[in-house]
Amino acid sequence: MSGSNAEISRDDVAHLANLARIDLTEDELERLAPQLSVILESVATVAQVAADDIPPMSHAVPLSNVFRPDEVRPSLTPEQALAAAPQVDQQRFAVPRILGEEA
Amino acid sequence: MTDLTRLTAAALADALAAREVSAVEATQAHLDRIAAVDGGVHAFLHVDVDGALATARAVDDARAGGTAVHPLAGVPIAVKDLLATNGLPTTCGSKILQGWIPPYDATVVARLKVAGLPILGKTNMDEFAMGSSTEHSAYGPTRNPWDLGRIPGGSGGGSAAAVAAYETPLAVGTDTGGSIRQPGAVTGTVGVKPTYGGVSRYGLVALASSLDQAGPVTRTVLDAALLHELIGGHDPQDSTSIDSPVPAVVEAARRADVTGMRIGVIAELGGEGYQPGVRARFDDVVALLSKAGADAVEVSCPSFDYALAAYYLILPSEASSNLAKFDAMRYGLRVAPDGVEVPSAEEVMSASRAAGFGDEVKRRIILGTYALSSGYYDAYYGSAQKVRTLIARDFDAAFEEVDVLVSPTAPTTAFRFGDKLDDPLAMYLNDIATIPANLAGVPGLSVPSGLADEDGLPVGVQLLAPALADDRLYNVAAAIEAMLAEQWGGPLLAQAPELEVRT
Amino acid sequence: MTTTSADPVTFEDALERYDPVMGMEVHVELNTASKMFCGCSTVFGADPNTQVCPVCLGLPGALPVVNARAIESAIKIGLALNCSIAPWCRFARKNYFYPDMPKNFQTSQYDEPIAYSGWTEIEVDGVSYRIEIERAHMEEDTGKSLHVGGATGRIHGASHSLVDYNRAGIPLIEIVTKPIEGTGAKSPEVARAYVAHLRELVLGLGVSDVRMEQGSMRCDVNLSLRPIGVTTLGTRSETKNVNSLRSVERAVRHEIGRHAAVLDGGNRIVQETRHWHEDTGVTTAGREKSDAEDYRYFPEPDLVPVAPSREWVEALRAQLPEPPSLRRARLQADWAFSDLEMRDVAGAGAMNLVAETVAAGAAPQAAKKWWLSELARYANEHDIAIDDVPMSPEQVAQVQGLLDAGRINDKLARQVFDGVLSGEGTPEEVVARRGLEVVSDDSALGDAVDRAIEANPDVAAKIAAGKHAAAGALIGAVMKEMRGRADAGRVRELILARLG
Repeated sequence: MSGSNAEISRDDVAHLANLARIDLTEDELERLAPQLSVILESVATVAQVAADDIPPMSHAVPLSNVFRPDEVRPSLTPEQALAAAPQVDQQRFAVPRILGEEA
Repeated sequence: MTDLTRLTAAALADALAAREVSAVEATQAHLDRIAAVDGGVHAFLHVDVDGALATARAVDDARAGGTAVHPLAGVPIAVKDLLATNGLPTTCGSKILQGWIPPYDATVVARLKVAGLPILGKTNMDEFAMGSSTEHSAYGPTRNPWDLGRIPGGSGGGSAAAVAAYETPLAVGTDTGGSIRQPGAVTGTVGVKPTYGGVSRYGLVALASSLDQAGPVTRTVLDAALLHELIGGHDPQDSTSIDSPVPAVVEAARRADVTGMRIGVIAELGGEGYQPGVRARFDDVVALLSKAGADAVEVSCPSFDYALAAYYLILPSEASSNLAKFDAMRYGLRVAPDGVEVPSAEEVMSASRAAGFGDEVKRRIILGTYALSSGYYDAYYGSAQKVRTLIARDFDAAFEEVDVLVSPTAPTTAFRFGDKLDDPLAMYLNDIATIPANLAGVPGLSVPSGLADEDGLPVGVQLLAPALADDRLYNVAAAIEAMLAEQWGGPLLAQAPELEVRT
Repeated sequence: MTTTSADPVTFEDALERYDPVMGMEVHVELNTASKMFCGCSTVFGADPNTQVCPVCLGLPGALPVVNARAIESAIKIGLALNCSIAPWCRFARKNYFYPDMPKNFQTSQYDEPIAYSGWTEIEVDGVSYRIEIERAHMEEDTGKSLHVGGATGRIHGASHSLVDYNRAGIPLIEIVTKPIEGTGAKSPEVARAYVAHLRELVLGLGVSDVRMEQGSMRCDVNLSLRPIGVTTLGTRSETKNVNSLRSVERAVRHEIGRHAAVLDGGNRIVQETRHWHEDTGVTTAGREKSDAEDYRYFPEPDLVPVAPSREWVEALRAQLPEPPSLRRARLQADWAFSDLEMRDVAGAGAMNLVAETVAAGAAPQAAKKWWLSELARYANEHDIAIDDVPMSPEQVAQVQGLLDAGRINDKLARQVFDGVLSGEGTPEEVVARRGLEVVSDDSALGDAVDRAIEANPDVAAKIAAGKHAAAGALIGAVMKEMRGRADAGRVRELILARLG
């Protein structure tokens, strides 16, 4: 991927769209690339103040060790679970043929 | 009889408790109001007439039977369409969830139901809470009751407009970067983002998990406090929820005393880029607070200059991951790609997401995917997390000096539809004052501060307090509200134009 | 580049020129009652989609909460592998799209595993190997897909798939070794021994039933070759679908040969995931895999850090069963076995079984004898783990008890084993049903002896003349008449008493 100067090309966007499983039209690709470049340029400023000795903050709440006991709780009924499924077969979610192998 | 829809939630609750009015009457009055004005405002995506009235009846029966009920029982409420409501559609303002009916309730919703608040319906929002104007809703925008040609703010424009239009006395919204507070400012209503972890996120469709919070949207500070106490508190189903009692916000709202309080004016917020009328009303409030016995000083939070940048890296990154679940396999829109006879799962996912997500959502997902990519993580997401630390430190340092921080809530008043749609960055700037609170997890509140001279539109002032000190916000806000009401001879909303009623 | 080659390279030949390096990734499914992040039941074999909830189904708005017992189990596994337990760690999201993953990310751990830098020791043919453990971390399992419409029920050629999310969210611990080097020709056995040892360790902790054939223990084998003497690692392949200990050994052996054939042909190994086929004994190509698979890991914002206190870790350490090496030394002393005898028992994976048999009353030597002969043979013939033979240590002790009481002899004992293993019943039942009890009635035996003496006068004469060794033929005759149901020693006594 290109990206020395926070610039995103149309091909970069196409690659990212593939990773994100979104079919973008040619028009969208052309439009998004410059928009994203502009945004990226402005947000890239974070690197300026992100010194090595500053710890990153992943959580806004100082909690740790939040657990639940190993107890079984009621599940949804299969009807509830499958209610919104686009397609159901044999009480399972029917999905189109999968191309890739499991990771 | 007084128009029930003009009552505050507190006043309505008193009337209900005194059996002067029934919950059914109160609920029906609001349903009628919705029918009369929502054609123009479009605050609601779904109105649940039967459900709301059923709850109201049950509350009336309970009261009649002498059973003790929650003080707010029977007071109607609207819920932002980002919260899961069992049996009611939950679209998150997106086509990809059109018609989705969750099989469970968000914890916040469950608490409303237990307390007996009739849920009038689900309110409009920017798609997946991404936006500052509600123009990005897949179901059409909501209009600002002050001027139907202008935005009501976002992402929670629907909740704020509903409250401002007297369609409901209470609403629950969500705030990730200002989505409760900014609409509050531009519609002349009160909006609160509690301390992160103060209100359960279970059932809130996640946008940026480390920033999202649900909170009250109301017309008065006391109403917000009453609702805050109901929805707040620990939830074992949310690992990030704080296990301590809700701060004493109602008591603080009733106290409304700022004598001896130290107020910090944030130097970095409120200068250039802020509309003159916004600044003027802000200065007025600071002066008022000084007169009321508070000590106002300027504080500097230099890292706030990087808050917007950090936010627009953290949010898209987390959102890109949170929105991956919408893939047409288990629920939601499923679309087959054009011209492919036997499409694969991958192809169906891509086609469905392309059809179901709007532009802003796509933009942020792509941006987030980029910011998390290997090779780019350190420069973007990783760096943004460090800026977050700096912002938290600035807050900590500031709160050593002052009890509460203040700033204008938003840089402008409500702009016209279409004004900022072509320039995403310009749209993002609406959140410049509200974002720091989400990044640090501290609570924030917006209370109306007046009308801007140049356009006569509402302006809000933002208060910020340390984590878990939400009560300070309510105390100061209530004081401001009282002093301004005295100046205006009533609430700011009373100055709003009357909406056209459809008969 | 393809990896087929005209002339297959033999294993021995490959090892003359190449040095194998292995990496083992084992996933252990924990036996918690509820899932990793929600309260759904984990019971195996339920009807599809009956054990799902908003959390494990990935419904919008749902949030995970960590199962305390899963953390405990993870720590125990880490301690049993001599790992350091992280004082502070987080979960991370591994982002990729796949229909069996409801959120399209897996909540796992990335650069902060709960356990790391450990080791364990295994033995193969009397040689000890120290296996360095890189890490053990927590993650959640995916749902299960049925691929419909293809020839083999596998993904290729399927027209659609049916997904059951009952398994989604069940806790997994992934254990990753550092590269295992210097195992040479023993590589297949070392790999197998490592997995067997890991299985035994985890079983001893009581945190999983580690049944490879049921999927509660899954093994991925990574292998690369480098020319002997070279230090840089070769390109590796990853082999999945290795569902038994035998498969582990066979897959390693096969891959060594395959890699060698490719390299000999001047081609390059493709870094890919391969699929092991136990029936045909080969691996087939799967997905091309790149080390830079972009999972866009970032810390899981919906879960707070896990920071096990040192007190908690030590309390869990105190709960651990005796480390296998210490236990082994103690048992060896108790049983008075030689090093070689102990090695045989350990190598057969029969230590626990022998111990239980001894606990049920059999002498150690006797217990060892049966487990390493009849039962080991049965396990091999049926290609099952020795733990899975359909006979319990108590039953083995019962058979030995019958022997000790003189009710059966050694040959009859083997028939009892055969009967119990065939499902005919308990040892007593088999003895009764098949009439295997030794005749202990001296008068009946005496009659048989008399008949044998009468029938073999020359042999009898020899014995009478002092050649007691000749008694063997008479004993044989008596045993034949008694259909083996006699104690040979007693028969001999009776013969000598009459003739001697």
